[in-house]
Amino acid sequence: MGLMDMTALALAKKIRAGEVSAPEAARAALDQIKKLEGAVHAYVTVDEEGALKRAAEVQKKIEAGKLTGPLAGVPAAIKDNMCTKDLPTTCSSRILENFVPTYTAQAVQNLEAAGVVVLGKTNMDEFAMGSTTETSAYGVTRNPWNPEHVPGGSSGGSCAAVAANECSFALGSDTGGSIRQPSSFCGVTGIKPTYGTVSRYGLIAYGSSLDQIGPVAKDVSDCAAILEVIASYDEKDSTSIRREDCDFTAALKDDVKGMKIGIPRDYFGSGLDKEVKQAVLAAAEILREKGAEVEEFDLSLVEYAIPAYYTIASAEASSNLSRFDGIKYGYRAKEYEGLHQMYKKSRSEGFGAEVKRRIMLGSFVLSSGYYDAYYLKALRTKALIKQAFDRAFAKYDVILGPAAPATAPRLGESLSDPLQMYLGDIYTISANLAGIPGICVPCGKDGKGLPVGLQLLGDCFQEKKILRAAYSFECSRTYEAPALAGKAVE
Amino acid sequence: MANIISDETIEYVGILAKLELSAEEKEQAKADMGRMLDYIDKLNELDTAGIEPMSHVFPVQNVFREDVVTNGDDREAILKNAPEEKDGAFVVPRTVE
Amino acid sequence: MAKQYETVIGLEVHVELATKTKIFCGCSTQFGGAPNTHTCPVCTGMPGSLPVLNKQVVEYALAVGLATNCQINQHCKFDRKNYFYPDNPQNYQISQLYLPICHDGGIEIETPAGKKIIGIHEIHMEEDAGKLIHDEWEDCSLVDFNRSGVPLIEIVSEPDMRSAEEVIAYLDKLRLIIQYLGASDCKLQEGSMRADVNLSVREVGTEKFGTRTEMKNLNSFKAIARAIGNERERQIDLLESGKAVVQETRRWDDTKEYSYAMRSKEDAQDYRYFPDPDLTPVYISDEWIARVRAAQPELRTEKLQRYKEEFAIPDYDAGILTSSKRLADLFEEATAICKKPKKVSNWLMGETLRLLKERGQEPEELRFSPENLAKLVELVDAGTVNNRVAKEVFEKIFTDDIDPEKYVEDHGLKAVSDEGALRGTIEAVIAANPQSVTDFKNGKEKAIGFLVGQTMKALKGKADPGTVNKILKETLSR
Repeated sequence: MGLMDMTALALAKKIRAGEVSAPEAARAALDQIKKLEGAVHAYVTVDEEGALKRAAEVQKKIEAGKLTGPLAGVPAAIKDNMCTKDLPTTCSSRILENFVPTYTAQAVQNLEAAGVVVLGKTNMDEFAMGSTTETSAYGVTRNPWNPEHVPGGSSGGSCAAVAANECSFALGSDTGGSIRQPSSFCGVTGIKPTYGTVSRYGLIAYGSSLDQIGPVAKDVSDCAAILEVIASYDEKDSTSIRREDCDFTAALKDDVKGMKIGIPRDYFGSGLDKEVKQAVLAAAEILREKGAEVEEFDLSLVEYAIPAYYTIASAEASSNLSRFDGIKYGYRAKEYEGLHQMYKKSRSEGFGAEVKRRIMLGSFVLSSGYYDAYYLKALRTKALIKQAFDRAFAKYDVILGPAAPATAPRLGESLSDPLQMYLGDIYTISANLAGIPGICVPCGKDGKGLPVGLQLLGDCFQEKKILRAAYSFECSRTYEAPALAGKAVE
Repeated sequence: MANIISDETIEYVGILAKLELSAEEKEQAKADMGRMLDYIDKLNELDTAGIEPMSHVFPVQNVFREDVVTNGDDREAILKNAPEEKDGAFVVPRTVE
Repeated sequence: MAKQYETVIGLEVHVELATKTKIFCGCSTQFGGAPNTHTCPVCTGMPGSLPVLNKQVVEYALAVGLATNCQINQHCKFDRKNYFYPDNPQNYQISQLYLPICHDGGIEIETPAGKKIIGIHEIHMEEDAGKLIHDEWEDCSLVDFNRSGVPLIEIVSEPDMRSAEEVIAYLDKLRLIIQYLGASDCKLQEGSMRADVNLSVREVGTEKFGTRTEMKNLNSFKAIARAIGNERERQIDLLESGKAVVQETRRWDDTKEYSYAMRSKEDAQDYRYFPDPDLTPVYISDEWIARVRAAQPELRTEKLQRYKEEFAIPDYDAGILTSSKRLADLFEEATAICKKPKKVSNWLMGETLRLLKERGQEPEELRFSPENLAKLVELVDAGTVNNRVAKEVFEKIFTDDIDPEKYVEDHGLKAVSDEGALRGTIEAVIAANPQSVTDFKNGKEKAIGFLVGQTMKALKGKADPGTVNKILKETLSR
């Protein structure tokens, strides 16, 4: 087994045992990147020199006994919307093409403090707006399972990098499903934690009330260990929550006896692909066999989550992205006359079509005369959706369903019809509105050989319940990497 | 399509958002926005009378800083990414005529 | 008969709070400093940065609200006001629209027609913008974010004022309250207090308000008075010639005594306010309100009363001393040291105000310490320096806050009180001016004045003229 075939925890164990060094692990990842980036293009920036330097420093600390954590020495990738000091951070947008942050996001700092070696920054939909990683200004990322297909998005680069063994794990961010959906498409595991669990300081905002950073890895155990490291109360983020229950790895038990699992009938309607449905229901059956009480129920309001989400997220985005104006950082148009033209040209040339679409929509729903009808209506709908989840979690420990209506579409199929693309977020989006945690684990493949993901949602602060259910399910199968990932090493 | 977006609306939103669209982009934006608003109008099926708009999911309040200076002079870092800089300041086209 | 018009005025007053740090980050609010040296990722709108509210801002806003008889919104929150301008790094300003911290208050002012209440519509907390410096040589402006994120409260009055005099009285009262609370130094010139004037005119007797304009860039009470007069005339002229007043924002140019409309097709004035998702709501408990109320310092009315009783100084003096927080503080602190209230008051009422007037400064700009003033009072009282020297020394205290004891010592300004030395000098002066001696002896009383002058001159002014006079007379009558 090659170093990059291992889970992050297994690799770290070898490093701690002195069988492998951190620089060797980083070198293995960088070699894999060199071999596969032409086919996958998961990264926007690879920091070879920096990674090797950091790996050497980490190795010294491990040898000196100063770094003993479960992830020390492991090479990882960071989604390119998290600020990294001295390492370009672009949000896959032209408007930030030359932006080099002067500080590091809190979540990434937590990783570095735990001895994780950052390899580089992964590709994404521009400003995390999209579900395919095709809206990146730096080219599309391809699905390691089939390069003709998209990896999903917006954390498509992070999920593809993990699947292709181009890192041991990655960080993604999830505003409407941006970790869970590409995890599903790439056959890896990803968690969107409860809102406020991971600091947003240094995460370049898309929809501030919805954004959360989370782990993407090969399995549930890795994800739990990573989440344990990145979760922290942060005084710099007013929406950060002080939690005492972040020992997520304690939940990893192959035991779902008596666990109440609800399957929303609303998730299994006509929009759902037959093969996806089969794989997800088969997974439910496995959990039932392991002793869980599984039953169907009506969650309600599912079809209202998307319009509410796009109203709220676009409104917040229109404001969050107004700071990109060509004055303090980033792209400034070459030719302009006067201030207002400088603004307009810089922004119009710097942002891509999807970002502009959402800024326009967001500006409109907040504008005079429409605020109540659109924005407040969406916030009221959000309150109703939260209530629907509260009712569901009064009865169930976990809600089980698909992460996406279908497996990964072919490249170029999605962008022509934005509304249709937005509808693909139907199973993931309500978790962001309600602030609840969700995990996506691989549960099979369709006839085309593309992975299917199982999504488990829990009540706020109940990560441990979904981790236990996901871990139990995972114990029934073995991790499968795409053929492309295995070809390159050894 | 129930929501017909006029040229004036696109022009107006462009001023608010500081975006300048080409003629082609404008037509596309009109169609896209109209369709999205039609879709968002679906929310009108819901009776939300008496429901408080929910900005924050959790009832967290009173997150404060103490009034203590923690930052020093960080000018070099702040200006590092400036497209144009002069005398320690960001340069913009003249703001008053 | 010509129509009679009434002016209707409401004010939006911005006050910079006296916190040590900015409203949402740990940068210093100190004035001055090279451009962008008091900045960080938060107050320059760097990607990924997030705001955290300075608690002291809420404390001050609450104190001002309570002192101006406002209702408190115990659940208040922050909203984003979206507009593009280079001094606004995020291109939105964090402010309060939907639930401002205070509302429905008012303060009492004195008018020639008696007391009058000016209503306060609301007070909200917000962040200040940066500064734009217009380059003299090139066609560009420079952006300095040192002021970006400095906390402000905006006090919005009801349209209750009818004249420039009422406006000034209201501003004066408001300024004094805020200074007494220690919430701001409220300097108009330095911009820590700024007033925008909303003004409309209507025919006397009509109930409906006319269309109003908003006037900005008013840097002194005088500018405010001039701008009000000018805008009133402008609006009346428009109405008289059958034109309509346009609702707009106008910028006052005080040197040209003229205002112009700040209009641009690029400014839609549609701020798309919405609750800031990065900040949590603020809940102000009954206990918090009670605590701030209890900690409220003595305001002017109470202080005035106490001065008359405790220090036995004239009403007029007490009125002047309490008209400025800085003067009142200097008075109380210096008096506490030297226990001579009337003498301290005399220095403040006399020389201090004279020098301020001479320099065109406000009492709030006084920088000398009460310790040095108290020391000077003692020096004069002990006869160590005479009045003329004392005035000279005070001027140095006023400008450089010098230690008078050390200054007098170093510059050899001590009064010559040694009678032996005095007599020696006097003998010499008598010897040198026989004519004046003769004149005096012949009954010309005035001649003694000349001799005193000559003696003082010989002693470089460092003697008590009374003592010199006494010794001269003794010597001459021997």
